[in-house]
Amino acid sequence: MQATLSVRRQDPESQQPSSWMQEYTVEVPEHYTVLDALIKVREEVDPSLAIRCSCRAAICGSCAVRVNGRARLACNTKLTNVTPEHGVVVVEPMGNQPVVKDLVVDLSVFWNKIRAVAPYLQPEGPEPEEEYIASNESMLLLTEVMGCIMCGACVSDCTALEVDSNFLGPAALAKAFRFTEDPRDGADADRLQSLNEYSGVWDCTRCMMCVEVCPKGVAPMDRIMALRERVMDAGMTNTVGYRHVAAFAESVEHAGWLDETMLAVKSWGMFNVPKLIAALPVGLRALKRGKLPMPAPFHKKRPGHENVARIFKRLEGQK
Amino acid sequence: MKYTFYPGCVSRGGAPELYTSTMAVAEKLGLELEEIVGAACTGAGVLQEKGIKLGDTLNARTFAMAERMGHTTIVNICSTGQGVMAQANYRLLNTPGYLEEINEILKEEGLEYQGRVVIKHLAWVLVEEIGLDALRPLIVRPLTELHIAPFYGCYILRPSWALGIDENPGREQYLEQIIEACGGEPVNFPGRTKCCGFPILMINERNSVAMVGNHTLSAKDHGADAMVTPCPLCHLNLDGYQPKASSQKGTKINMPILHLPQLVGMAMGLSDRELGMHRHVVSTKDVMAKASVRA
Repeated sequence: MQATLSVRRQDPESQQPSSWMQEYTVEVPEHYTVLDALIKVREEVDPSLAIRCSCRAAICGSCAVRVNGRARLACNTKLTNVTPEHGVVVVEPMGNQPVVKDLVVDLSVFWNKIRAVAPYLQPEGPEPEEEYIASNESMLLLTEVMGCIMCGACVSDCTALEVDSNFLGPAALAKAFRFTEDPRDGADADRLQSLNEYSGVWDCTRCMMCVEVCPKGVAPMDRIMALRERVMDAGMTNTVGYRHVAAFAESVEHAGWLDETMLAVKSWGMFNVPKLIAALPVGLRALKRGKLPMPAPFHKKRPGHENVARIFKRLEGQK
Repeated sequence: MKYTFYPGCVSRGGAPELYTSTMAVAEKLGLELEEIVGAACTGAGVLQEKGIKLGDTLNARTFAMAERMGHTTIVNICSTGQGVMAQANYRLLNTPGYLEEINEILKEEGLEYQGRVVIKHLAWVLVEEIGLDALRPLIVRPLTELHIAPFYGCYILRPSWALGIDENPGREQYLEQIIEACGGEPVNFPGRTKCCGFPILMINERNSVAMVGNHTLSAKDHGADAMVTPCPLCHLNLDGYQPKASSQKGTKINMPILHLPQLVGMAMGLSDRELGMHRHVVSTKDVMAKASVRA
């Protein structure tokens, strides 16, 4: 079959640093992956095309690129699965990381974030005479998250990182989860404290992009949500994030549905006068257009709200 | 056609025009939407941070109520509600023993979820059940002059396995199909499936507003006259915080953000009053003029 790839080319150090799209058409067997086709292009058509790859078997994590706008491992993406009706497969470098050349990005952004969460065991207490023992049960929870191959696909497509490069991002936070949950690690309190701060767990948008693009089922966002639970359970309550969850739950438990106006006020803090004043223009615009719902005590309860409250009581403390 | 209807919190709160425009369009389509009385909030992903089981129980309760009403397709007009319900249903039906465990809790209220509910966003009902061929004859004012950028957001697309995207890959293109059926020109732009920023609005307003600015400006740069979204939360952020995004970006954006039923209603010839256009922060006047909808 004929494969047509439209590849984003870029050489930031050249005379023409901005990127452009270059189309290549090669004859390939049907079983070819995007990586197979890219290698064929490099070997037979254009030796100047820069790509990074190693194992070609979805183990090393070297060949993540964006295919038709979505981060994937080029080596386990079959061409036939991603060729649209018009026949052109668009291949671009990963996002949120600077391009070195063509499809190769500078992974230092990725690694610096991983380093920032101290990705190693920090046991406490005296060293055991033999090895540290962790039960099978305790490690089962970690099998998926330990499957991370550090390809950077989640970082590439993270929508929060796109607007804030300080955000720790999905890969590093999933790695942090891996250590907070390890029974041999003794640094949970310090870890959670630092993850509770700006650029940590509360800056995730819950967009699920990382869950969708991860080629190994690590589900980074689910780990971030679990970390939010951990910081809340650890009593770290002085954040907007915590107050937002608490106010949301309180509203649904009380009335069966959401009191949007009180949710905002309680999340910012009832006595956070500067913030409340800053929010006034938005509130007034909404009020003028009949879009500011009446807050408690005027917020009407849903019929059967007492059953909702009962479910809350019954499940209190259960995950 | 009769459906169980879950309007969600926001269409009865911060975005009432979504509710009224849905009802107006439903009447034209001959859709009978019977609301689930007493259904709780889905949790919107926030309650699930406190405990997945709590959220799943509240949603299973809603599903059981729908089953009791007799029509097992629940229609959502909020992508977030759609996504959260679909995820809950996926866990309930695919985790051994989980449904029985949740039903034990529901028993106290005399409810039992039998696992028969199908959850569909209005966009899916339009394309999959009513059909665009049935919609086209109702279009009396084709939006031929309008370039519309579809903004899907997150919850109607991800996670794909809970939302049946693999079985129905067309769901990633339904907004474009509906825009075309209404006579408009869909505009492709990079932000169409990204986050609108609403979930972190209260936590990190700067980042949230930056997302609003990026998406609305990107849609504008690609030639859009307006954006359309199936999610009222996306609407609240993209519309309500656009003035702040304009200040942050240092440029006037002026990108109207339509709810899906407003777009369809415009093409059906409904008035701006019926569609609640006066409730928007960013004026829809130019869009309405282009669509020749009478004021």
